[in-house]
Amino acid sequence: MSTKHSIAAAKFVANKKQAAWHNETLWMVRAKRDKMSKDIPEWEQLRDLACNIKLYSNSHLEELLQEFEKNATANGAIVHWAKDAKEHNEIVLGILRDHDVKHFVKSKSMLAEECELNPFLIEKGIEVVETDLGERILQLMDVPPSHIVLPAIHIKREQVGELFEEKLGTEKGNSDPTYLTRAARKHLRDKFLNAEASMTGANFAVASTGDIVVCTNEGNADMGTSCPKIHIAIMGMEKIVPDQESLGVFTRLLARSATGQPVTSYTSHYRKPREGGEFHIIIVDNGRSKILGQPDHIKTLNCIRCGACMNTCPVYRRSGGYSYTYFIPGPIGINLGMLYSATEYFDNLSACSLCLSCSHVCPVKVDLGEQIYRWRQEMDKIGKASKEKKVMSAGMKFLMERPILFNSALWMSPVVNVLPRFIKYNFLNEWGKGRELPEFAKESFNEMWKKNKVK
Amino acid sequence: MMKIGLFIPCYINAIYPQVGVASYRLLKSLGLEVDYPLDQTCCGQPMANGGFEGEALQLAKRFDNLFKDYDYIVGPSASCVAFVKENHAGILAKEHHECTSSGKIYDICEFIHDVVKPTKLNAKFPHKVSIHNSCHGVRELYLSSSSEMNVPYYSKLRDLLSLVEGVEIFEPSHVDECCGFGGMFAIEEPEISVCMGQDKVKDHIETGAEYITGADSSCLMHMEGVIKREKLPIKTIHIVEILASQL
Repeated sequence: MSTKHSIAAAKFVANKKQAAWHNETLWMVRAKRDKMSKDIPEWEQLRDLACNIKLYSNSHLEELLQEFEKNATANGAIVHWAKDAKEHNEIVLGILRDHDVKHFVKSKSMLAEECELNPFLIEKGIEVVETDLGERILQLMDVPPSHIVLPAIHIKREQVGELFEEKLGTEKGNSDPTYLTRAARKHLRDKFLNAEASMTGANFAVASTGDIVVCTNEGNADMGTSCPKIHIAIMGMEKIVPDQESLGVFTRLLARSATGQPVTSYTSHYRKPREGGEFHIIIVDNGRSKILGQPDHIKTLNCIRCGACMNTCPVYRRSGGYSYTYFIPGPIGINLGMLYSATEYFDNLSACSLCLSCSHVCPVKVDLGEQIYRWRQEMDKIGKASKEKKVMSAGMKFLMERPILFNSALWMSPVVNVLPRFIKYNFLNEWGKGRELPEFAKESFNEMWKKNKVK
Repeated sequence: MMKIGLFIPCYINAIYPQVGVASYRLLKSLGLEVDYPLDQTCCGQPMANGGFEGEALQLAKRFDNLFKDYDYIVGPSASCVAFVKENHAGILAKEHHECTSSGKIYDICEFIHDVVKPTKLNAKFPHKVSIHNSCHGVRELYLSSSSEMNVPYYSKLRDLLSLVEGVEIFEPSHVDECCGFGGMFAIEEPEISVCMGQDKVKDHIETGAEYITGADSSCLMHMEGVIKREKLPIKTIHIVEILASQL
């Protein structure tokens, strides 16, 4: 009864040392987040507020997005609307072609990943350079991010040293983080200076002012938007918040939840184009409006992409980002994948013990674990339920609905205790991986009660 | 006098009947009227968590009927109690059956702590114990403060254990991390589940405790499986067995 996730996870965890390191590293981020959140007495109120603001915003998208467009346009920005990834990519390409852009620098954007923008542009002959250090490392390695905030968290510095030696000509065997970071900085500085256009994502878009707000730690977004004259900001339409007061609720929650920092090093508000330049904003749907029509899953649109649910998830920490089949891993990725295409991404549903830590850690109160439970109920209807699970479940149902049968099973069950090990663990192969079976009692509670032995 | 229906989940019935006996004795010792409605089987959680909520429908109906005449339903398994409390009403709504159980069901620790409120217990357990804060006990029944939330520390299990003579109480460093059981999760993702179990048991052992104790026999069963396989120096015991140790 394995899934694509469980198979990949088994491989990841088989390398015990690496898996333990991954687990502990992400737990440290969770622990930092705990400490930071506990320094804010009104933390739980903030979470309630944030959740309610998002529910409000996402149920008033029509007016808020139009207000945003009006204000952004008045500020001098050019606002585009994209119904899906394809339209988004075409709009970006159109802007780049209009300005004859050959060199394009990007700061981190999960939306660009979602739209698979990079391969699209590269195929059209445009040089696309990721400027977030983690993202750049992955781009040079030609692998996708394994975490949405800490994209290269699964890679050790020795691997980065080897990569930079090959790609950037750094010293052989030198994996000193400061040395490598300086090398990357120098390498990226050239890219910034030679680019004709830059891209940022958007953490928030403020309806009342038309601002795009980008939170980063490395300053790469600001380098990108300060060098070339063309800036393209892309945003999923659920990034809208009504005004700056509500923005403040989220900026207090975001960095604390994501990395355990009180605030990101840079919180940049982009309002108007640079002199002689252009500021484009692309508002993307790509399935989001479909989610609005699903009350059981609507809270996924609250997500501010902080990654706290990944850092807390005991399964993610031990199985790594690549064990999931959707490009966003962890609890939020399981849910977003299902919303994007349930028949394609159902394998990730097994990656959850329903511990509900994600639901409790989430700064915007997405009911992540509860939604996974609900998705599991849909599997049989779309013909994707595991056959073995279905048989087991039906067997249990048959037994449990018949107390006489259940009682005789209880009476028989101590027999299992004395079965030879090879029969017992062959039959219960999956449990037998690392665990002994519990022993059935000689007499069940039902038996004892009937014999008046419970006193 | 209030009438309590004792809820004994299927696996406690079959594997840990002594937990059922201790629960009965404990409630009786507090001067309560306790009855065990016969022919209980399962609350339906294993099927529902696996994605087959429909197969829990008849069980939820049986459950609700079995316990309809009691003032309280009390059971020694936080997870099963939480399932009835959180999910039975929704399952039964599909057949327009009004669920009476969900509003009156309690985990036994929650019930003793919040409803009975004894100031002393006749219990002695001169051992070091590490509390296992189970996921559904913490995050659905709120038996203790969840580590994710910014709320003052509390633990109903610790409060009750504090009434036991001679016991020394510890908690693991990852205070409420999942032990990896999760019902069908344990066999659908066995490698991750085992790793979680091993890590959790190690965390309990590092407290120096002799016993892992908690309100959920299912987690204890999972960790017991790991302990026995690896012959680790710690044992498991349900908290009611400690609270009823002199009865």
